[in-house]
Amino acid sequence: MIIPRVPVQHRRLLPDRRLSGPTPWVIAILMLLTLLAAAAGVGLARSANAIGTAIAGRVTVQIVTANPVTRAEQAAALRRAAAGQAFVRSARAVEPAELRATLGQWFGGEEGGDGDPVLNALPLPALVDIDFVGEDRAGPMRQLRALVAREAPGARIIPHAEWLEPVARLIRSLAWVAGALVLLMIAASAAVVIMTARAALGTHYATIEMLHMIGATDRQIARLFQRRIAIDTAYGIALGSAVAAAILLLIGWEWSGVTAGLAATASLGPWGWALLLALPLLAIALAALTARQTLLAALKKIL
Amino acid sequence: MTPSPRPGGAMVEFNGVGLRYGPDAEVLSDINFNLQPGSFYFLTGASGAGKTSLLKMLYLAQRPSRGLIRLFGEDLVTMPRHRLPGFRRRIGVVFQDFRLIPHLSARDNIALPLRIAGVGEEDLAGPVGEMLSWIGLGERAEAFPPTLSGGEQQRVAIARAVIARPQLLVADEPTGNVDPEMAGRLLGLFEALNRLGTTVVVATHDIHLISRIENAQMMRLEKGRLSDPTGALRYPPNRS
Repeated sequence: MIIPRVPVQHRRLLPDRRLSGPTPWVIAILMLLTLLAAAAGVGLARSANAIGTAIAGRVTVQIVTANPVTRAEQAAALRRAAAGQAFVRSARAVEPAELRATLGQWFGGEEGGDGDPVLNALPLPALVDIDFVGEDRAGPMRQLRALVAREAPGARIIPHAEWLEPVARLIRSLAWVAGALVLLMIAASAAVVIMTARAALGTHYATIEMLHMIGATDRQIARLFQRRIAIDTAYGIALGSAVAAAILLLIGWEWSGVTAGLAATASLGPWGWALLLALPLLAIALAALTARQTLLAALKKIL
Repeated sequence: MTPSPRPGGAMVEFNGVGLRYGPDAEVLSDINFNLQPGSFYFLTGASGAGKTSLLKMLYLAQRPSRGLIRLFGEDLVTMPRHRLPGFRRRIGVVFQDFRLIPHLSARDNIALPLRIAGVGEEDLAGPVGEMLSWIGLGERAEAFPPTLSGGEQQRVAIARAVIARPQLLVADEPTGNVDPEMAGRLLGLFEALNRLGTTVVVATHDIHLISRIENAQMMRLEKGRLSDPTGALRYPPNRS
């Protein structure tokens, strides 16, 4: 049992000084940081996976033919030909206005409007976005090259994985770092519990000695302290979890407005929320188990 | 099944017992004695002679460095640690400094050994109430130790030591902190228990106390060695 059942009369053997020591507060802070790190880890890992899935089978064909009319015809022909292929899920020609709008963010144009003389003067390539069917990339890539050579000779094929994969790898690395932080903070929490248990034994040594002398077993004594430490720890975990939940809900609310770019791929998902809900319960169980083992090991050293 | 001393056998046997703390010289050397069931013993000696160390071995707070100790017919030196609580429940201990738990009432301090032994609350009230009356603290049952006088605290400590009807009662300077009148009354409590069959061992350096118990036997510790000035340990009186 996580919090052992101890008769009320036995509980009085330890003076009632709940939340008076630093343990619940330290545990609360560690729990808060653990949950935030876990949420960050889950969010980043899901984001990396979403990016990986999204970019694995996507390419952009860049047509740079000098004549704008020929360029537009090649783009349209390539889009039509690609859309009819079995290995292609979707093919979309990127509108020139969309291209100008994107470039406008960097060149300071008026929303990329047609009236911008700088953007209008730029020789923009025609782009065709193509998504492959399935996860195999080598076969579709070979067929696409043949198609591009026929419909738009000289066009360049850019697989998205080439430039987005390093970003996904970085996000994955950050997720691992977050996971390592969670483990470190769990270890730190266990260390706090061990120190608390040892301090409690030191503080109440006279009572423990007396209990031994009147025939109390190690298990009886350990249960008393285990219960007290588990309850104190549970208070800290509850406090830390409540603050973490408030922060995560606030971030979630702010995040809900982000709909574009990589940020839009970050979310916790049902399993992430389940993990965050399970972590406090696991922490209480770990604290109780750590306290019990520490107490029994220390009591064994006393005759 | 709880072992008992064989009929006519000793309750406690010390054979060639020595005790040292760490690498220092022995504080007790070549201790040999037998304690008979139902007898009353005084352990005397100057301060630092080793009385408390000897008592610690007697109430299982300390294992000897050498020699053999048998308690209730069982070898204590090699006894596994997990069996000790069962033996401790058959021994009552009274400390010179009482060692009451300050945040428990007199009633709860006295009830402690029974609660540890698993006696239910409904079965506790009677014996604890009787014990409080016996020590004359029936009206101070809910008082906490810091509010009790030295004599009252010592009586609570004695009540706690005997509430579970131990076969052996060990008291370390039980009258060290009380006036002569209270010392006499406490000794009366020990004598009454002894009449009920409890073997009593009292460590004291108060020679007047010793003379007040008829048939009491005396062990004397000098510089860690035991002497037997009355010869009673070698030829214990038959109290049956």
